[in-house]
Amino acid sequence: MVTAVTSLSRSGLSDWLVQRVTAVILLAFFVFVGVQIASGVSYAEWTALFAQTWMKIFTLLAILSLAAHAWIGMWGVFTDYLTERLMGSRGNVLRIGLQLLTSLSLVIYVIWGIQIVWA
Amino acid sequence: MKDNRPVNLDIGTIRLPITAYASILHRVSGVIMVVASFLLLWALEQSLASPEGFASLGELLANPLVKFVVWGIATALIYHSLAGVKHLIMDFGIGETMEGGTLGARLVFGFTAVSAVLVGVALW
Repeated sequence: MVTAVTSLSRSGLSDWLVQRVTAVILLAFFVFVGVQIASGVSYAEWTALFAQTWMKIFTLLAILSLAAHAWIGMWGVFTDYLTERLMGSRGNVLRIGLQLLTSLSLVIYVIWGIQIVWA
Repeated sequence: MKDNRPVNLDIGTIRLPITAYASILHRVSGVIMVVASFLLLWALEQSLASPEGFASLGELLANPLVKFVVWGIATALIYHSLAGVKHLIMDFGIGETMEGGTLGARLVFGFTAVSAVLVGVALW
């Protein structure tokens, strides 16, 4: 089973580090946005927040981190369970198919996110 | 890599420790978040598009089914975040023993349960 070709960076050590850096960015983003929502925001306050350049950059950074983090995470799940050993040769077909679907979805998330934040 | 390397750990035949359930749930909650991110992006788009869009999200949240989905996403995100923080702490060599792993898993389950209740109270 060749799995390295579908990993994010083709290197396990690099994927390991990217997974942690993106995790910290996502945690910071979700904690920050979570506190805003929990404290109650009006439409005016909400749009004013997302109108600021630093928030646009923070949001896009979080969406890019999500794409990389999800790519690495889903790769780990797919290559562990959808395998030839567990499912026979259809495991390979299913894995590659779902990996393509996942990566395509994540690229769409990024493009959509850019449009939401900068449109 | 050899195609037919031997597998010496058949997890189907082993009674799993709490750390294994913590790990499996970290994966499950991660997969849930990949799908939920679509809904979160949609909600962000609606909330920023117009005052009507922002208000319609508030109305949507009155629906019990929507409340339950939001609660589920929040709980999955909280669990995944706490389990991730546990991972980062263990990367620094803290709690890497079996006892440490068990304690870490229990703490993550405990904090998630408390947070899930608090999110539920805030929503209902």
